[in-house]
Amino acid sequence: MKKFHFHPCGNYRETYDQELTVFETDFGRLWTWVGIFILFLILPFLGTPYFLHVLNMIGITSIAALGLNILIGFTGQISLGHGAFIGVGAYSAAVLSTTMEMPFLFNLPLAGLIAALVGMIFGIPSGRLKGLYLTIATLAGQIIIEYVLVHWESVTKGTMGITLPRPAIFGYELSTDRDFFFLIYVSLGLMIFIAINLMRAKFGRAFIAIRDNDRAAEGMGIPIFRYKLLSFGISSFYAGFAGAIWAYYMVSITAEPFNLALSVEYIAMVIIGGLGSIAGSVYGALFITSLNEILRWLTDILMNMEVFTEAGVNVAPIREFFFGLAIIIFIIFEPRGLAEIWRIIRSGFRLWPFSY
Amino acid sequence: MNFFFQLLINGISVGFLYGLSAMGFVMIFKSSSVLNFAHGELIALGAFFFLALVTWAKLPIAIAFLVTLAGCFALGFLIERIFLRPLIGEPLIYVIMLTVGLAAMFKGLMLLIWGGNLQTYPDFLPEFLTLQWNIITIPPAYSSALILGLSFLIIFGLFFKYSPQGIFMRSVADNQKAALSLGVHVQRVFALSWAIAALVAGMSGVVLGIINGINVHDLSSIGLKVFPVVILGGLDSLSGAIIGGLIIGLLETFTGGYLDPSLRDVIPYMVLVLILMVRPYGLFGLVEIERV
Repeated sequence: MKKFHFHPCGNYRETYDQELTVFETDFGRLWTWVGIFILFLILPFLGTPYFLHVLNMIGITSIAALGLNILIGFTGQISLGHGAFIGVGAYSAAVLSTTMEMPFLFNLPLAGLIAALVGMIFGIPSGRLKGLYLTIATLAGQIIIEYVLVHWESVTKGTMGITLPRPAIFGYELSTDRDFFFLIYVSLGLMIFIAINLMRAKFGRAFIAIRDNDRAAEGMGIPIFRYKLLSFGISSFYAGFAGAIWAYYMVSITAEPFNLALSVEYIAMVIIGGLGSIAGSVYGALFITSLNEILRWLTDILMNMEVFTEAGVNVAPIREFFFGLAIIIFIIFEPRGLAEIWRIIRSGFRLWPFSY
Repeated sequence: MNFFFQLLINGISVGFLYGLSAMGFVMIFKSSSVLNFAHGELIALGAFFFLALVTWAKLPIAIAFLVTLAGCFALGFLIERIFLRPLIGEPLIYVIMLTVGLAAMFKGLMLLIWGGNLQTYPDFLPEFLTLQWNIITIPPAYSSALILGLSFLIIFGLFFKYSPQGIFMRSVADNQKAALSLGVHVQRVFALSWAIAALVAGMSGVVLGIINGINVHDLSSIGLKVFPVVILGGLDSLSGAIIGGLIIGLLETFTGGYLDPSLRDVIPYMVLVLILMVRPYGLFGLVEIERV
């Protein structure tokens, strides 16, 4: 009879295989299947189109946040250019599908690769410098890319933007929110799968080694420059992939949304979700997107209230304020994010009634 | 030729303002090696504080200016006490992200209170500050900026060089643990450096507001332009900040004048990437880059 695995009450790992295992317990595997079942067979058939739209946005942002978490959380390199790399992906997909008329299924990974290439160019300074300088380099990258997206008019059509055709997979045209739901969440599943396995393999270990102590990592024989660049490439690939889906989903794109504020939003997601946690990226995307929607809803209500319209108070900046506040509160009180909070809650249940 | 001189003067004045704004930034970096992404918002806060004192409270200009400086000093102190004190000893990424969060929070707050429109101070600068020199005229706002900037530069140069607190700040910047073990009150140094930086930022905010008018978006984007300036001048050099600011300012106005006005805002960042690849410690920075 198969021996069931439950949560141990300490760290009893004896072999390297146990360290590498994805599902520590049989419950973990069971819950994952239940989750996938609910996600694909129940959720898309519930609720209004608006609900599905929000879910889709969460999915897309999760993919991009996952990429940023690989860079910040696992490799320890701060990037302020993630929003621009998403933009590069979105524009690549748009240009590929309109000017080049490439099929949809090729465009997604291709857009990711183009974004990865651009990201790696801005990652080159990381080869010579540590931490802070790289952050500044990516900030420059963000502003330069934004400029190029607006001013390279022969390709990006400037401020006019580009309208994309409906994507089709083997002749089936994706048009409703529900079609996109399946596209987005299958991609997200795939991306999570890739990320988990990358982080278990030699690449992830090297990234973590670089994050924890780069000198020691170099001493152990890890070619730091190559791995940092690789991490940049992977992160930008995720951004570009998400951007491409975003472009198809939004139908028409302009350069406007891919600004520094978007980059900051993604960093907020990664920190709020939990640095160095794959699940944390998804929690962060969920949290920030929901916060966004709630604040938008709140602003709408406040805008229509007579007190505010008469006083001429503009309540839109409330969003920005709460964003900053959320980042600060998480950094001060729980720097390891929602993933850590969830872990504490779970272990509270597991160790009950002796949780301390 | 006339056009050239006009651009030159413009570039120097704009560049001097950049340098001035960058000084506060360098001060924080020098003592606590924190990149302050909220610097532009601190500048804007100073400008708005002065605006409120001048137009709403109707204080005399000199008093309003002094109160603004004192307020910014207190604000910097409070920021350090409330937000940064709990993070001492945490990895640097959290501290930097905290300043990003602060930036978003302050910006939202200012937009909420004052809105996103352009506002101006009442005209109060005396006429005799206008410098006339052949065809070149320097308006009073610029010359007062020059005077203020130079005096602050000299004061802080002396402060860092000779005063005990300045030496403490330098020692903390150099090696935190060693400074601590030699009896330097590191926490006080942090608080003081944030307070001084906020004061300098508030001062440059007032000057910028006199020249360009006060707008949350414009002023806070200066906070990002500080990065090319400080990287060019060297991250830990006060006089480098001024010279870097001058170079970036000249570069901006000349590209705007001769090449393409839209390129104006991007060219500093292109230079920034170039410098990072070629000479990352800047013109006057300490050559202490760790290669990895």
